[in-house]
Amino acid sequence: MPDFLLEIGTEEIPDWMIEPALEDLRSRYQAAFSAFGGSALMVDATPRRLVLLAKDILEQASDVQSVIPGPYISAGPKAAEGFARKQGTTVDRLAKLCDAKGERFVVHQLTKGQEAAAALGEKLPEIIAGIHFPKTMCWTGKDGVRFIRPIRWIVALLDEKAVKFEVAGVKSGNLTRGHRILGSKNPIPVTAANYIERLRENFVIVNAEERKRRIEGALGADVQRDDELLRTLVYLTEFPTPIRGSFDPSYLELPKEILSTVMRHHQRYFSVVNSDGTLAPQFVAVTNTDGDPDGLIRQGNERVLRARFNDARFFWQVDQQRKLSERVADLAKVTFHVKLGSYAAKNNRVWMLAEELAKAVGADAASVQRAAEICKADLTTDMVKEFTDLQGIVGGLYAKAQGESEAVATAIYDHYKPLSMEDSIPRTPEGQILSIADKIDTLRECFQIGLIPTGSKDPFALRRAAQGVVKILFEARLPVELAIYVQEYAGLAEFMKERAQFYLRDVLGYAYDEVNAVLAAPLGTLADLADRAEAIHYVRPTGDFEPLAASFKRIKNILRQAQVEQAPLPDAKRLAPGPEEDLYTAFMRVRTEAGEAGSYRDKLALIASLRPQVDLFFDKILVNDPNPAIRQNRLALLYSLLAEFSSIADFSEIVTSQEKTV
Amino acid sequence: MDFFQDTILKLKQYWASRGAVIQEPYDVEVGAGTMAPETFLRVLGPKPYKVAYVQPSRRPADGRYGENPNRLYKHQQLQVILKPTPDDVLEQYLGSLTAIGIDLRKHDIKFEEDNWEAPTLGAWGIGWQVMLDGLEITQFTYFQQCGGIDLDLVPAEITYGLERIVAFLQNVDSVYDIEWAPGVKYADVRLADEEQFSVYNFELANVDRLWRLFSEHEAECAELLKEFTPESQRFPLLAAYDQVLKCSHLFNLLDARGAISVTERVGIIARIRKLAVGVAEAWCAQQFPAEEAAA
Repeated sequence: MPDFLLEIGTEEIPDWMIEPALEDLRSRYQAAFSAFGGSALMVDATPRRLVLLAKDILEQASDVQSVIPGPYISAGPKAAEGFARKQGTTVDRLAKLCDAKGERFVVHQLTKGQEAAAALGEKLPEIIAGIHFPKTMCWTGKDGVRFIRPIRWIVALLDEKAVKFEVAGVKSGNLTRGHRILGSKNPIPVTAANYIERLRENFVIVNAEERKRRIEGALGADVQRDDELLRTLVYLTEFPTPIRGSFDPSYLELPKEILSTVMRHHQRYFSVVNSDGTLAPQFVAVTNTDGDPDGLIRQGNERVLRARFNDARFFWQVDQQRKLSERVADLAKVTFHVKLGSYAAKNNRVWMLAEELAKAVGADAASVQRAAEICKADLTTDMVKEFTDLQGIVGGLYAKAQGESEAVATAIYDHYKPLSMEDSIPRTPEGQILSIADKIDTLRECFQIGLIPTGSKDPFALRRAAQGVVKILFEARLPVELAIYVQEYAGLAEFMKERAQFYLRDVLGYAYDEVNAVLAAPLGTLADLADRAEAIHYVRPTGDFEPLAASFKRIKNILRQAQVEQAPLPDAKRLAPGPEEDLYTAFMRVRTEAGEAGSYRDKLALIASLRPQVDLFFDKILVNDPNPAIRQNRLALLYSLLAEFSSIADFSEIVTSQEKTV
Repeated sequence: MDFFQDTILKLKQYWASRGAVIQEPYDVEVGAGTMAPETFLRVLGPKPYKVAYVQPSRRPADGRYGENPNRLYKHQQLQVILKPTPDDVLEQYLGSLTAIGIDLRKHDIKFEEDNWEAPTLGAWGIGWQVMLDGLEITQFTYFQQCGGIDLDLVPAEITYGLERIVAFLQNVDSVYDIEWAPGVKYADVRLADEEQFSVYNFELANVDRLWRLFSEHEAECAELLKEFTPESQRFPLLAAYDQVLKCSHLFNLLDARGAISVTERVGIIARIRKLAVGVAEAWCAQQFPAEEAAA
């Protein structure tokens, strides 16, 4: 059985788009050609080629036997004739089949399995042109094929035989191309079997994993690990070869953050560190060559880095000529958002919000306010204009250099954190408050003018901002009632709740119904929310809890049917002795004890202990008593029971094991 | 070693031998070679065209009083437009590097994603920055839209940063140390330019007058566009486009002076864009009436 090889030869594809494109290619191939089987399906890529290899596929798909159902015999001869005509046959040649409704005419149809070469040639143009990329271009005309970069050649082979088709004017064949500089200048004929080797001879390592190992193997133990950078370099090169360069140690007087950013983000170099964690005056660049025998590439890279570091040093010196506090006024000229005005306006709002939060938390308000006052001023510095990823960090470094207190400098340094779910939260309460104030302000303002994320569209990274707020509140356990700060902004409270839900489920790992139960109760602080979820998770396996949750569901239904939305405590005098009075007594006792209990676990255990009384009540008592006064009193008892414990969670949200099996 | 002027001559020679018209720089201030009519207007419509020219490009905010070794108020771009893009465009481009003495087997070349957009011109494209041993030497763009018009005959735009390339070739750390011609350094030719224009751009340009000039040039362009009728081949759209360039340069000057507030900024860009789009549409109507009718 032949192997099928596809290579889409392009101009350099942006590194970050390659892996998703390969996955898309794989799933499109699978969807279209499942009939041809195959023992393995592999995808791989370099910047200039997307490759798919399907091993041992069928040369011809199996025939498919199908039954086309026709009319029942009882429908009469006319219907049968019509069906036969439509199928291109006559009634006497129709087969018959019995099903539940009787005997009917059918046609047995045999669909010949398509040949692989034909099927591939027919469907691949559409599959290739349909590969999803975040941004595409056209090059053959404005109505032509759109792809990430121009397609320049296509290899499509069943073993050594070409599969013929055409995409964007490019005809498929057996000719590939080697490394731009090191490979053969002419197209290289290949077969599915020798493809990898022929390319290797032409300085292309097709396998990304192998390129990664080749880089890693040459890095050295003193090189700072950086998986993201490594992946970028794997997809920026076809034949990666790391080289090591050095820089003048005098640059080490600049902060490490700045040097690393220049090396990593601007030059894609790995940093080299000493055993004590400080930076060494060296770097590793990954070239797309087979070596640097004359040291020219090293010299060139060293020269570029020197210029970059000189710039940084120059920026540092020039920036110090005006303090952050003097720069605050300039923020009026820095746009926050077209419709939302300048950073000066934002700064004022954040300042006020931070003050409010500092009071709520009991943090050092003076430091928070000072940090809030100058935290955005670094946006006007040359350093941040040049190295935008260093916003905040530069502010913190400058604040320290300009004599601000450690608390203020650290708060500014950290206030964009966390940048992702993996990133840590700000180290100090002041930084945490500043970060929250900054992010809540952005969320509020954007929601106010309708910039609300939908689906995958979130250009202002509001989800990340909201997730950052939630992460800080959960992890730092700040006594901040989030709802107070977001409730006046349409949709924002719900948006924040979704983020809290995500955190409880995906980070803390609680079951969805546990999360729903606690979120259905009033929000409070997120620390409290986490405690409640933890308690439910803990108490849940105990025998009484789930049955009680089922009873709460029943209570909720009864109250809804009776349209009870509010009720006073029941009148003790009207209660019938026995189960009704017992439940009341137990409830009042648990109510007091739960109020005094220290932890949610204890409270929940107490609530669960009501189960026998609740069960007996439902077993023996008819809530819908004909006497309205008694009925109302019983509803009041149930309402009190539900209301009392609903501040912890809405237990009716818990899916009991009984429900799960049904 | 090649002097600055040698490298320019070799690049021009290289592209001339591949059929490009060698143009001279445009004589109205521009921020980039893209803005010269040889690019902005030529990429429109169905006529193939190849052109190469050096374009001194003025970016007032980038001036550093001649004190920074790598930053300039005015730098020289060598701009190449190939319309339509030949299939082997990247091979041709690499050939041009060989032509100026770069032995590609001894260096490291990478094409890193870098898309280009000029909101004042209603133009954007997709492409790369070309890195040579870690140094960005060229911006390569497949033009997709210009003056708000989708381009059907997709051109490739190759923009060489001449100072960077020559500093690399001559192995100097400061652009001012580049040897322009025998015995003449870059500083001898251009330093005074950088010093004086930095002072003017950042300190002395009269903001009120610049605003007035902006409005005058804008009005001139708008009036011309109002008068425009596609029937007349002589109608001066090229003059109208010069007014757009004037507006764009005045905007950059005002920006360097810190005279454009947040709220104004977007509005001003939109005003220039409106003129640029207006000229581009009129140009197509005037020059390619058959295409217009078909569309």
